[in-house]
Amino acid sequence: MAEPRFETVPAVRESLRDVGYLADEGIAGVVYLADRLGKPVLVEGPAGTGKTQLAKSVAEMTGARLIRLQCYEGLDESKALYEWNYKKQLLRIQVERESSTWQEIEDDIFTEDFLLTRPLLEAIRADDPVVLLIDEVDRVEVETEALLLEILSDYQVSIPELGTVVAKQIPLVFLTSNNTRELSEALKRRCLYLHVDYPTLEREKEIVTTRVPDISEHLADQVVRIVRSIRQLELKKAPSVSETLDWARTLVLLGIQNVDADQAKETLHILLKYQSDIAKATKELTVS
Amino acid sequence: MLDLLAGFIQELRTAGLPVSLTENLDAMEAVKHIPLEDREAFKYALAATLVKSNAHWKAFETVFEVYFSMRGPEYDIKQDGEGEGLDDAELQALLQAMQGDRPAGQGGGMDGLTPEELAEMLYKALMNADEAMIRALARQAVTRYSGMEPGRPVGGTYYLYRTLRQLDLEGMLQRMMDAERQSAQDGGGLTPLEERLARDEYEVRLDKLRKEIEAEIRRRLVADRGTEAMAKTLRKPLPEDIDFMHATREELTALRRALQPLTRKLAVRLARKRRHGRKGPLDFRNTVRHSLSYGGVPAEPKFRYPRPSKPEIMVIADISGSVAAFARFTLQLVYAISSQFSKVRAFVFIDGIDEVTRYFEGVEDITDAVHRVNTEADVIWVDGHSDYGHAFEVFWERWGKEITTKTTVLLLGDARNNYHASQAWVVQELRKRARHVYWLNPEPRSYWDTGDSIVSEYATFCDGAFECRNLKQLERFVEHLG
Repeated sequence: MAEPRFETVPAVRESLRDVGYLADEGIAGVVYLADRLGKPVLVEGPAGTGKTQLAKSVAEMTGARLIRLQCYEGLDESKALYEWNYKKQLLRIQVERESSTWQEIEDDIFTEDFLLTRPLLEAIRADDPVVLLIDEVDRVEVETEALLLEILSDYQVSIPELGTVVAKQIPLVFLTSNNTRELSEALKRRCLYLHVDYPTLEREKEIVTTRVPDISEHLADQVVRIVRSIRQLELKKAPSVSETLDWARTLVLLGIQNVDADQAKETLHILLKYQSDIAKATKELTVS
Repeated sequence: MLDLLAGFIQELRTAGLPVSLTENLDAMEAVKHIPLEDREAFKYALAATLVKSNAHWKAFETVFEVYFSMRGPEYDIKQDGEGEGLDDAELQALLQAMQGDRPAGQGGGMDGLTPEELAEMLYKALMNADEAMIRALARQAVTRYSGMEPGRPVGGTYYLYRTLRQLDLEGMLQRMMDAERQSAQDGGGLTPLEERLARDEYEVRLDKLRKEIEAEIRRRLVADRGTEAMAKTLRKPLPEDIDFMHATREELTALRRALQPLTRKLAVRLARKRRHGRKGPLDFRNTVRHSLSYGGVPAEPKFRYPRPSKPEIMVIADISGSVAAFARFTLQLVYAISSQFSKVRAFVFIDGIDEVTRYFEGVEDITDAVHRVNTEADVIWVDGHSDYGHAFEVFWERWGKEITTKTTVLLLGDARNNYHASQAWVVQELRKRARHVYWLNPEPRSYWDTGDSIVSEYATFCDGAFECRNLKQLERFVEHLG
């Protein structure tokens, strides 16, 4: 087993803070465990709570290269794992048509020279430290999920013509999911599970003040408190952390020091994206 | 430690969480890397390895509290009466500071306080959001007001109720709001927005207090009755397993919350299913067109993908008291994924029947529409007791002709007909006209056809009768429908 990357949970939290990601106890703990146990982390939670950002920040913090696989419907082996560069193979065959025997050519064209590595294989073969991010894994079909299983549990890829490629080092792997469908048991079992929810009031305020440096203490406090109130309503889509940040930036740009009901109403469309939500929030915030 | 973990995992399984053997091993491995005295880290380590769905988090938390509440220094309970759990020197100092005018070292912590003083301290602690103090006071309140006696066979909710009644949290909130208004007096009073924000803040704090009290009661009950007995009484069904017909108000809220992500998931799944149906017959034109790029060789056969027409849904729901919750959830679910159907029409009945499609048209908030259905629809004919026969008859007369071969009819109810005539011929006629007729019954199958339930009489004419007692079963059915 390789050297652990992190000493303690608080150390993880500290270094994440240094790169501008404010983790809570749970997040830092799971990142720490992921390293110690050598297991991938499945990050779930509402949109815009910093799931992808977590992987990016961990990469930045450990000085590792981030390899990202964006999932979508119809993703297959040749886009996720590897593909034979058949054009190059054809050329090769044509060049050697006269001179070589079939056996020689076959041995030759199925070598690493003719292999196009895709994100997953690349992460496995990397010599330098990498963080692998498999984004929005819930978008692929259940059948495609199986592609990931070998990588996630054994950190290896089997290529029929070439043999098994085993990872030189165990990379940190993050999978994110927006929970549009239930992931398979097999996948979940191989991962540590982390649910990232909307942050607490204090943490969100800290996030606002770090990410929007120009904001005054008072305004930041008001912003997060209003956002918390809005999240308590039954909405189609509650405001995410990134929307909170956008709103805070807007208020700073407008030169507002103290949000009153009217200003809140006018800028609400930055926080909320549905007309019915905006109407509801306006009503709730102005009539007590 | 191993024994404890094994018991813990066993309990999680009984509570309905799927914990596999590998996850069990992972948990054992994980706790090795965590300093055991750090209770929070320990909890997260277990959660990360054992709980793989956010819906299960609450169940996990409860079991965790029961199993590990007695561990960790800050949670020690002194069994010998005097100054229960309050001998912490730091806490004592805090108390002194708060009490202010009281002479130091009097009466062993809070035991000497009058109820008014206790309330006053609680008020101050809440105003200052002083967590240590709130926790200490919560304990004190439990000692004082809950009237707990060892071995008494009463549930935790009873103690909780007793404690909260004494503390009068409503009054406390009022008082805090008054103070807030007072302090804002000079600045021209509170705007509605500020008032709302302040109220939210205080409600959060009161909620924290309530949780502390709950946890404290639980801790004491565990100490009294032992872990296993306690875990058993606290065991609650997961949201997807809650029975529609017997849900408490709290459970209904949990259900509503679970329903929303469920509909989203269901819609995605149905849309996907529609797109990726099985392959149809060879599409000759398309194949020939693609063969051009291979020099006329039809190397890549193309198929005609069947595009099944979206079904038209007619929901006919009994909304009398016993099955109202079930009807509500089904309507909500069906309307939330109405984009997957070409048309949805809803009818509700008790002994009269009324079309309620109009309530859902152009409305964004389905909950609101369902509420209006329950209050405004004209469903009483004679006495307001379920009469399926009459309702079906009227339906057939008024809307029967509008059923086409594309229509799928869902009949919702327990078929408890109060011994009226069944008029099952209507269902038979429906079956002849419609594409499918399904019956959904929120009662357990073993209760069917007992007493005045005549579900089989109708079911013989349906394409299927399903037991739909909880979200899980409802979800399965709706998916099958799409």
